[in-house]
Amino acid sequence: MENQDKFNRRDFLHKSLRTGIGLSLVGVAAFLARKTNAGNYVWQLDPSKCVQCGRCATNCVLTPSAVKCIHVYDMCGYCDLCGGYLRPETKEFNTAAESQLCPTSAIKRKFVEEPFFEYTIDEKLCIGCGKCVKGCNAFGNGSLQLQAQHKICVNCNECSIARACPAEAWSRVPLSEAYQLRGFENPKKG
Amino acid sequence: MNPAKPNRPDKEKNISVPMKKGASIAMLVILLALLALNNFGIQRFPKPDFESKYVVPATQAPMPRSIILEYLDVVVLLASISLVTWFVLKKRSRMGVFGVTVFSILYFGFYREGCICAVGSLQNVVLGLFHPEYHIPLTAIAFFIIPLLFALFYGRTFCAGVCPLGAIQDVFAIKPMKLNEWVQSLLGLVPYIYLGLAVLYAATGTDFIICRYDPFVGFFRVNAPFFMFVIGVLFLLVGVFIARPYCRFFCPYGVLLNLVSRVSKKHLSITPTVCIDCRLCENSCPFGAINKPLGHKSPESRNVTVKRLILFTILIPLFMLLGGFGGSMIHGNLANVNPKVRLASELLLPDNQLTSLQQVDVTTFRSSGQAVDKLNEEVASIRRQFYWGGWILGGFVGLVIGLTLARLAIPRYRKGYWPSKGECLSCGRCLEYCPVKPDMNDAQLNALKKSAAQ
Ligand code: SF4
Ligand code: SF4
Ligand code: SF4
Ligand code: SF4
Repeated sequence: MENQDKFNRRDFLHKSLRTGIGLSLVGVAAFLARKTNAGNYVWQLDPSKCVQCGRCATNCVLTPSAVKCIHVYDMCGYCDLCGGYLRPETKEFNTAAESQLCPTSAIKRKFVEEPFFEYTIDEKLCIGCGKCVKGCNAFGNGSLQLQAQHKICVNCNECSIARACPAEAWSRVPLSEAYQLRGFENPKKG
Repeated sequence: MNPAKPNRPDKEKNISVPMKKGASIAMLVILLALLALNNFGIQRFPKPDFESKYVVPATQAPMPRSIILEYLDVVVLLASISLVTWFVLKKRSRMGVFGVTVFSILYFGFYREGCICAVGSLQNVVLGLFHPEYHIPLTAIAFFIIPLLFALFYGRTFCAGVCPLGAIQDVFAIKPMKLNEWVQSLLGLVPYIYLGLAVLYAATGTDFIICRYDPFVGFFRVNAPFFMFVIGVLFLLVGVFIARPYCRFFCPYGVLLNLVSRVSKKHLSITPTVCIDCRLCENSCPFGAINKPLGHKSPESRNVTVKRLILFTILIPLFMLLGGFGGSMIHGNLANVNPKVRLASELLLPDNQLTSLQQVDVTTFRSSGQAVDKLNEEVASIRRQFYWGGWILGGFVGLVIGLTLARLAIPRYRKGYWPSKGECLSCGRCLEYCPVKPDMNDAQLNALKKSAAQ
């Protein structure tokens, strides 16, 4: 009899606790859901804040990094002496690896017409070190820009580059605002 | 192949207008856009007017995985938890659970690369609660709440075979050893501390430590930093003998599941009907989660009980106070993990004492033109948060230690073999050890009991 009582009391206690916990869980979820919008969020690098410190290459959870140099062709001057392609000390143009800025020779140079050259990034080789971006910003138009390549990026819960970035260039943005390229409108915004 | 294909074809048209005609318009648009945006990129060299048939390639901006697929993950999560729950509670089938385990390793593990997972989502929830400006993804909310709701009604069926971290450890639990109760309880304190730290760091917007120190995500991505790879291998190797070490002695989300599951409505039971104390299942649980019958029927004297009650009502608040004090003492060290706090202290150092990494932080900060005063103000407020956070964290740890001691000290009385609702991972291994069948009548049960006694 006494045992029976004990069990009933315990059942009741568990039931109340269950209801309480259940309601508060749903409450928390509802509270949070109120603020979210239906879309997802991605990690986005703002190239106007980036100082090309090199941590994008080393701090990504992926090797090579999900950050790639993206070329905004519309901004490019198609220069012969490209500040992003050649080392600054290189006086004359020369496509030998030692006169290239890119450590992996990921930038391909192609003659277009006198005196213009097209520069294309081989994404498979690019490690996101930002050396070319720095050169292009210093001597050129700034058409080479670092971006998280969203097809490669696994969209970590907490981007480990964002935490290491000295320039606070990273933020979480709605999917519709992925890519902040200068001189290029977001493809989604269209 | 055209290297440049943004997702929308109309956009492509827009971008790669043959420059001969569109050049001047495009230039104007770009210049205006540049003026409007910022003065960052300087158009030192005008875009050429190409004479040849050259077409300017479109800029590549491939879009991420579609949102539909993210929602699909939630559906898969729901489906696989429901399936495990059904296997454990209705079918009582370990094979079924194992099947889902393998599926989870493949889907949530290798295909989704261990992200998003319920364990980490707890930090998103905390960040969302403390930082109204943070927009938590719907999927993170779903991954946080679904396993907890299931645990509230059916026990930790999420852990049984859906969690990718648990699943990968589960298949390595080959030769599990029994741990001493005290050792198990002591190590069991670690997840509470880990949970406290994770909440503190998420609430202050410092870091997601659960994700950073996730030992298995590196395997799933086949891309682990060396240090985490070693840790992961260690966990799996230890896991051969001490089943699921991460789940039992680290997992912070497991703490929540454990607490919630204690009041679950319908939890797995080893026997389908009644326990006949045959002891066949006694050693079947690799996680030491089976409660054995305990104690003597004769109750201890009232005096002893009252004394112990008084002792613990004094001891537990004392532990909490001590813990809180300790936590507040080390709040400086805790806060140093925060990048802003670190930057502020680096700014105080003379330049020649900075490492090259710190040098980058300092020069970037200086060249950004932000005011040091503003940073210091922010840092002071972060430190304050850590001070109070340290008190709360320490108090919480003190409370947990006190309650654990109380649980170990208080003699209990238990009948039969039942899984401990909190610690049981609902893996279903013990089920096949029980000789009782659901449709046995009393005579058959008695016969079983007799043969078991011999
Ligand atoms: S870590 Fe920040 S500053 Fe450094 S290269 Fe990446 S975005 Fe630029
Ligand atoms: S979110 Fe992850 S994968 Fe993407 S850039 Fe950051 S660290 Fe790399
Ligand atoms: S205890 Fe944690 S890591 Fe283990 S299965 Fe459960 S949620 Fe996953
Ligand atoms: S179902 Fe629970 S009690 Fe049974 S073996 Fe698995 S974890 Fe242990």
